[in-house]
Amino acid sequence: MKLSDLTSQAGEWLRGSGPMSEIVISSRIRLARNISGHPFLARCTRHQRQALEHKIRDTILTANLSLRTLYVDLEAAPEIDRQLLVERHLISKPHKDAEGARGVAIAENETLAIMVNEEDHLRIQVLRSGLQLEEAWEQINAVDDQLEAALDFAFHPRFGYLTACPTNVGTGIRVSVMLHLPGLKLAGEIEKVFRAAKDMRLAVRGLYGEGTEATGDFYQVSNQTTLGRSEDDIISDFRNVVIPKIIEYEHQARRALMSERAVAVEDRVCRALGLLRSARLLSAEETLAMLSHVRLGVNLGRVKDLDLSKVNELFLLTQDAHLQKLLGKKLDEEALAAARADYVRRRLGAA
Amino acid sequence: MKCEKCNKPATIHLTEIQGGKKTEKHLCEQCAAEAEGLPVKAHTPINELLTNFVLAHSGLSKEPGTACPQCGITWGEFRQTGLFGCEQDYAFFDKDLSPLLQRAHEGATHHLGKVPARQGGTNVPVKRQLDLTRLRKELARAVEAEDYERAAKLRDQIRQAEANPDSPS
Repeated sequence: MKLSDLTSQAGEWLRGSGPMSEIVISSRIRLARNISGHPFLARCTRHQRQALEHKIRDTILTANLSLRTLYVDLEAAPEIDRQLLVERHLISKPHKDAEGARGVAIAENETLAIMVNEEDHLRIQVLRSGLQLEEAWEQINAVDDQLEAALDFAFHPRFGYLTACPTNVGTGIRVSVMLHLPGLKLAGEIEKVFRAAKDMRLAVRGLYGEGTEATGDFYQVSNQTTLGRSEDDIISDFRNVVIPKIIEYEHQARRALMSERAVAVEDRVCRALGLLRSARLLSAEETLAMLSHVRLGVNLGRVKDLDLSKVNELFLLTQDAHLQKLLGKKLDEEALAAARADYVRRRLGAA
Repeated sequence: MKCEKCNKPATIHLTEIQGGKKTEKHLCEQCAAEAEGLPVKAHTPINELLTNFVLAHSGLSKEPGTACPQCGITWGEFRQTGLFGCEQDYAFFDKDLSPLLQRAHEGATHHLGKVPARQGGTNVPVKRQLDLTRLRKELARAVEAEDYERAAKLRDQIRQAEANPDSPS
């Protein structure tokens, strides 16, 4: 498998097929792990960092985690490839911009990604479509067991898995669910979500995690507590309490909008679709905002000739690095806006 | 007052005296950061200010300069980046770390969850323990919601899991 194979379609997690996928875009679990006997990355020399990267890379590639594992050496990879991986949620922004020996292993149709030498020696991630936290946990737990058989992870009976930052210590787990909440946003009730999340000690962030704003009405809800609670306990809070509640709020908001402001909602959806089908220049931001309205329209049955997977795919493929990879050349801002508009018109079957 | 460079409100006011000549500049945070290279952090949240203040006065148990014998990091260096240098730091800075962990993790100081196989952990007993934890929580919720039928079922499941640890709950 090559990196360029990824560009023409979306990964499994964006297929729009998982449970609750009209509201829940994806379920993600990541585990932070470090190898005992090696300094954490902040204190590694260049040589130690390289040695770690080699050791972990070899372990991953010989552990038979998957039939097809793609390993990308990020120190050698060009900027555009690294940006592409960020857009696909396979690496973090800091990992893209860091320096020194580091990489990412990608497997199982992009549902599994292992970042090597990010903030911790290993950041294992499983990303699945819709609300599939239990499946994600089963998958990542098995991968963790396999890696653990070959690597001695830093662990302390009282502190649990030892991580570079104490905010991750214990389970080292971060559970994040990405939600599309245009109904609550339109109704001006998004504060409800923030309050519910705060009560449960959860963080709400934008599309690309830490430090990003919520664009296109996408919100990522994730746990902050990693010590003193078991993995199952943390996951079950999401599955049984937090996410069902947010989904219920969103459904309520959509029902209210449709009974009280149906024409206004329909107007928004149709305008968005009209704009996407006719514009000659489209910024990434505008595309995201308009696609968000269209996605709502598909969910409400107001847009008949599009399905969720197609709209989801457009969110991904209209981003900067994806467009440039697709066209095979580097583009300036205006050329990108033109290319994006062309691509969207073609995919939406514009006149 | 408006920023000299753009039209946003000026919040940074600089007075420079060079060779006896005084010049004043009025800038917004963004222009100050760009033009003067001033590291202006807009709106430090109040809880962060308080946390830093409390930490600075929390009576550190070690001399501020004491370094971890393994990786050489000091508590002060750790506080600047939030990142430890090696796995030994947790035990070495235990006393200073405790209040910080409690704040970050809802008062918790002990790990509860997966244990690596080579540390004596096996997934089975942990799983059972987790199942019980989950059932007890669900029971508490059912009682709170006055769903007594469900509560009774959950109570029976808990009894069964406790009495017969090998059967799946």
